[in-house]
Amino acid sequence: MPDTTAPAATAVVAGEGGPIADVRGVSYSVGGRTIFDGLDLQAHRGEITAVMGPSGTGKTTLLRLLMGAIAPSAGHVAVFGQDIGALDRRGLYALRRRVGMLFQNGALLTDLSVFENVAFPLREHTRLPEPLLRRLVLMKLQAVGLRGAAELNTAALSGGMARRVALARAIVMDPELLIYDEPFVGLDPISLGVILRLIQSLNATLGIASVVVTHDVDDISRIAHRSFLLAGGKVVATGSPAQLRAASVPVVNQFMNGLPDGPVPFHVPAGDYREQLLGGDW
Amino acid sequence: MSHSRVTDTFVKIGRVALFLARIGGQCLPALRRPRLVIAQIYNAGARSLIIVMLCGLFVGMVLALQGYDLLQRFGSESALGSAAALGLLKELGPVITALLFAGRAGTSLASEIGLMRATDQLNAMEMMAVDPVRHVVVPRFLGGIIAVPLLTAIFDAIGIFGAQLVGVGLVGVESGSFWSQMQSFVTLSDVNQGIIKSLCFGTACSLMAVYEGFHAEPTAEGVGRATTRTVVSSAILTLLLDYMLTAAYLGS
Repeated sequence: MPDTTAPAATAVVAGEGGPIADVRGVSYSVGGRTIFDGLDLQAHRGEITAVMGPSGTGKTTLLRLLMGAIAPSAGHVAVFGQDIGALDRRGLYALRRRVGMLFQNGALLTDLSVFENVAFPLREHTRLPEPLLRRLVLMKLQAVGLRGAAELNTAALSGGMARRVALARAIVMDPELLIYDEPFVGLDPISLGVILRLIQSLNATLGIASVVVTHDVDDISRIAHRSFLLAGGKVVATGSPAQLRAASVPVVNQFMNGLPDGPVPFHVPAGDYREQLLGGDW
Repeated sequence: MSHSRVTDTFVKIGRVALFLARIGGQCLPALRRPRLVIAQIYNAGARSLIIVMLCGLFVGMVLALQGYDLLQRFGSESALGSAAALGLLKELGPVITALLFAGRAGTSLASEIGLMRATDQLNAMEMMAVDPVRHVVVPRFLGGIIAVPLLTAIFDAIGIFGAQLVGVGLVGVESGSFWSQMQSFVTLSDVNQGIIKSLCFGTACSLMAVYEGFHAEPTAEGVGRATTRTVVSSAILTLLLDYMLTAAYLGS
């Protein structure tokens, strides 16, 4: 575990060897509900970092914090050594160009073709000549195996294909950090295998940092270098997937082995069962 | 925290105003790439053309019938041409076109943007460092503002044609007096008044549509509610503005 008592300034000046994404002592609450309470986690270059946790632990909120869509109520979020909270809109947008994000359902722009979806960031941010742009887009589509689908409409894509197009779009600006939000949800085994392999190969060939937010323990454990398990607004365990599996913390054990009851209870808290059934006063 | 309906209304007015300011700041960058705006003029304008033309024809025809019935009581049925033209140009054209626009184009704008919100497309743009206000909202807003006065002009022209059809063809007003009365009594300022009104209504209807769509709750019901609210607030705003503009013109 990193030294959480270190002053925040050290996170801001992280150099070449420092983490790509650095979350230190972050607390966040919304509407009186505390989502994070002193969260710490880091993602390093060349590594796949898995962030796991039961539903409702704020995994998506974490991604929004990382992208600067929301600001923490305490603590610091630094990406590429820059404190996200200190950036204005322009700075944030400049930073986001170096980050690729894969949304849960792909979030493709429905009024554009597959090709134009992948070309979208290039058209918005660069003034590349058309032939060069075309080649770049086709290369990214080739990387996800969908060069043949370039002219399709997004409505004609299956869930797995849509996610691969979104992945091609996420890497078209050659990001240094790739963030995946629940990339395995609702995929058949073949598509899931494809996405797993793509996450792994993109991470290795591009030499980037990958952050995968998921509750799919078995699949991500096959490729993750380092895992963080969130529960109750904190990191309750960290390490390699094997280390997590062997951990003796009850909540970690419950989550990693998919036990229906434990620290995360099966029953929503309720009054006495017997009394409610027999009492008859409701 | 409990808000009364009154404070809710004022809060919303403030939010809409802030949103308008945000749109205003992105108008110039959006105009520098007019391709998106032109696509939206087509989307909101050309696709509302049939309904606007049909309604214009019927409104003009009804206006001729009612106008003739009224004017002949004073023995001045020859004024039908100018009465119909003034009614259409200053009042019926801008108002009815705006209401039709809100129903036909405003709802589809709101649900389109709302669906983009619900399917994370707007968030995805944010994450790709593309401002969705500039890329999605502003072209639709400007497209609406440009389309409504154009539609109003078409509505007016077809309405006058419909009035002539019924007034001259059916109830027997003399064609010469129909047109000459119109020419001598309708002034340029009457035409301008209609154009100003339709610009204001177009702005109001487009603003409400993009605001409601952009701030829709990201669920199926949320999108439906946003669509409904678009029509309601567009209609209220249009008629409120109409009264205020008319009062201002007649007062000056």
